[in-house]
Amino acid sequence: MKKTHIILLVFIAASIAVLISMLNTGSTYETIADAKALPGKFVHVAVRLDKSKPVEFDAKKDPNYLSFYATGVEDPKEAMKVVYRNGEIPNLMISERLVLKGKYMDGQFECKDVQTKCPSKYKEEMKHPQDESVKKSAAYNPPATTDVKK
Amino acid sequence: MEYIGEHLLPGQLGHGFIVLSLVASLIATFSYFKSAQAKNTEDATYWKKLARGAFITEVISVIAIFAILFYIISNHLFEYKYAWQHSSRSLEPKYLLACFWEGQEGSFLLWSIWHCVLGLILIRTAKKWEAPVMTVVSLMQVALATMIAGIYFFGWKMGTNPFILLRDSGVLDNAPVLHINGDVAMGLRQDYMMSITDGNDLNPLLQNYWMVIHPPVLFMGFASSVVPFAFAMAGLWKKKFGEWTKPALPWTLFSAAVLGVGIMMGAMWAYESLTFGGYWAWDPVENASLVPWLILIGGIHTLLIYKHTGHSLRATHLFFILAFGFVLYSTFLTRSGILGETSVHAFTDLGMNMQLLVFLLLFIVPAFILFANRYKQIPHIQKEESSSSREFWMFIGSLVFFLSALVVIGKTSLPVYNKIFGTKMAPPEKAEFSYNQIMIFIAIILAVLTAVTQYLKYKSTTTKFFLKKIWMPTLIAIIIATLVLAFGHVNYEKESYGFMAAIWLAVACSIYTIVANAAYIWIGMKGKLNLSGGSIAHVGFGMVLLGILISSSKKEVLSNNIGGIPAPLDKNENPRENLTLVKGLTVDMGKYTLTYEGDSSHPKKQLKYYKVHFKSKDGKEDFVLMPNSFVNYKGNEGLMSNPDARHYWDHDVFTYITSISNPDKMEDTTTFRTKNLHPGDTLFYSAGFIIFNGVTEKKDLPEKLFGKDGSLFTAQLKVHAKTGSVFSIAPKLGFAKGEYLAVPDTLIPESIILKLDKVNPDQSVAIGIKESNGVMDYITLKAYKFPYIRLLWLGVIITALGIIISMRRRIVLNRLSDNQS
Repeated sequence: MKKTHIILLVFIAASIAVLISMLNTGSTYETIADAKALPGKFVHVAVRLDKSKPVEFDAKKDPNYLSFYATGVEDPKEAMKVVYRNGEIPNLMISERLVLKGKYMDGQFECKDVQTKCPSKYKEEMKHPQDESVKKSAAYNPPATTDVKK
Repeated sequence: MEYIGEHLLPGQLGHGFIVLSLVASLIATFSYFKSAQAKNTEDATYWKKLARGAFITEVISVIAIFAILFYIISNHLFEYKYAWQHSSRSLEPKYLLACFWEGQEGSFLLWSIWHCVLGLILIRTAKKWEAPVMTVVSLMQVALATMIAGIYFFGWKMGTNPFILLRDSGVLDNAPVLHINGDVAMGLRQDYMMSITDGNDLNPLLQNYWMVIHPPVLFMGFASSVVPFAFAMAGLWKKKFGEWTKPALPWTLFSAAVLGVGIMMGAMWAYESLTFGGYWAWDPVENASLVPWLILIGGIHTLLIYKHTGHSLRATHLFFILAFGFVLYSTFLTRSGILGETSVHAFTDLGMNMQLLVFLLLFIVPAFILFANRYKQIPHIQKEESSSSREFWMFIGSLVFFLSALVVIGKTSLPVYNKIFGTKMAPPEKAEFSYNQIMIFIAIILAVLTAVTQYLKYKSTTTKFFLKKIWMPTLIAIIIATLVLAFGHVNYEKESYGFMAAIWLAVACSIYTIVANAAYIWIGMKGKLNLSGGSIAHVGFGMVLLGILISSSKKEVLSNNIGGIPAPLDKNENPRENLTLVKGLTVDMGKYTLTYEGDSSHPKKQLKYYKVHFKSKDGKEDFVLMPNSFVNYKGNEGLMSNPDARHYWDHDVFTYITSISNPDKMEDTTTFRTKNLHPGDTLFYSAGFIIFNGVTEKKDLPEKLFGKDGSLFTAQLKVHAKTGSVFSIAPKLGFAKGEYLAVPDTLIPESIILKLDKVNPDQSVAIGIKESNGVMDYITLKAYKFPYIRLLWLGVIITALGIIISMRRRIVLNRLSDNQS
């Protein structure tokens, strides 16, 4: 066998080892119910913010503590409390969906990292008549245009 | 129906030029193909002439498209979706270009325009290679033109037209105010443009000068990677194996330098503009552009092996095909929206996944078929390389580069596996560490190989020769590395000690790379810098490695917060990095004291600058940082922050805002007054009184934060307001690492702040009270210290410089040999 072949084999073996180690340490996408069933396991959970419950954050008390309630994306009946210990989450209130990364522990989800998915800018603008341009046009053409809800 | 206030001509012209560019590039591809296949020179010249004409027509069209789109953006013609979506009236002129390439269409155009430039240079310089090479480049132009075509092809939408009108894009369909009688079922009002007064603006995070320059450089890198690929294809196609490597080498070096610089400019932008606290996060978008670079570097080295020894030509073909293939694959990854869940800054999905996949396969499938067909014919040397030869270790190095590229792209492609196999795998908990733990060993191997390989000769080297040359640089490197490790405090204990040992080893090896290659310029090249491009690039590469290792492993969180509710964390984990600063109130932060002195607003935008005054306790440093934040910007809620940093030659102090108080606030000018209180004593304030109930002391605190013998005092007080409400308030005083640190507590309903200044042995305390005459103005920030980040940037510049010097030398050599023949 040639030297180059041996080296190639070593490299292939190394890459396979790397790939296998990668699969073992990986995480998975789960639902809230699954995350609860897997306490202590690091998972990714797609959720929605439960706007009927309070979002707790007071920078003057503790700028690192934020908690809120989340419901499942597919099953809105699934719910859990989420604690995020790394400050305020931008766009939390207008988020359409959140991908939480963390562990379910002691009755709450200890979230380490969060990704917010926001609705496209223009949809947001057109839904709410706060935008300057839409407000102006509402004034310009008053009849039957103030109700911008579907 | 005609609408008031629309400018339709630019869009019609623009679309006309898009169609023209598509047709012209098709003709160019076909004619170049015919020219390359022609049996006699007459035919070849005829087709080549035609192809050139078509290509130049294509160049003019692309420039026209570019100019028209820029005209639309800079004149704020918001009837066009592209201008409306990506720009605004308040956008500074310098960012008009940045918003040009914010969208997919603009960035495809940018890519295309670089192909035009490269194509024109190739027409001038490629000579007999022109026809086959330009066939590939023109085909690439066809593919890019379809991306912005926006035409329907047998019911299949091809590309997204950047000149689409806002009213045709569907954006306005659900806005009743813009429709006749407010009914979305009816048509748009004739004067709908009266309501479209401003655009959505460029994403604030992209409003950074790096975003003006980084995309053009990166896309120049992407665009130029087609040239080595095209030469390799031309060689296989025309069966001129190996001959193509001569003209291809300078192009490959150019591509590697530009792509590398482009990637690192993106890192600079991330460092200056994003707030993940760093310059590299192994984000899929970053990885996708790094992978082609890694393979290209492998390809350059195998190409050099071939030039000097005749080995490794097959590997060179493979690397050039894959480098370009991965440029296309990364285009697919970042633009198809498949990364959606895993990346923060991928493009948004335009529904072109299928087209992007076809784009990828259009080049890769024929390339591999051609490679497989000709594989046996590609010349190679039966005899093995000697393990004392330079080419042997260069080849190993190239393989390691290739392997590292496979690891990175393998991990990045997780969403692709999920799509194909229906699995639900996600990145691991320590996503960055999962890369670092592998890449650290790759860095070690590459650093050692880069250090020693130049001291070996091609073919074979005697041990005596090798040792004679290398002993001195090795000794110097060992001495420097020992000093750095002994006194540099490179202690990264966040992961295992094994990982820290690996970091030490990597630091030592990258120092070896720098020293050995710098020494080689004199030992091997007699100080002739114009011949030492390789060594210079290697020195830069060593500096990049060292800069990465030190800046990442010695990164310090300055804004450690010991107040608040303790989190149930792992032993070595500390995310409590947010610190709140009340305006005018000086807060203790490690070696600094911080004062938030106020904010100022941008004249046109909802952009605010926060003035934070840093003073070091030893009195040596005194500076102001102005991190800024877009507040509730264009449909976004909350903050989009840009950091600010103080640069020292050996480190950066880096800070950004994570949270602010409600903007409706009042001025606060009061100061603290201090009172001594015994348990049970009462303290009066303007709107009630406060009873001090005693103080507790907590020992046994995490040593990492508090040092030995740290303690945390908490004073318990009850506030009785005139209104009858009773509140608890508990200011804290920490004793950490030999220093006292007050953590004031705030009672917002009563607008008072209490600060515990001193705890006496008899349990009496000194309490400072401050009454604010409004809701308090505060900011929350994070602050980090990045050491030796400049070493990294300097390393990038030197690497690029070295590669460019090599490129120049290769061009000169090629000219000389052309003139001789």
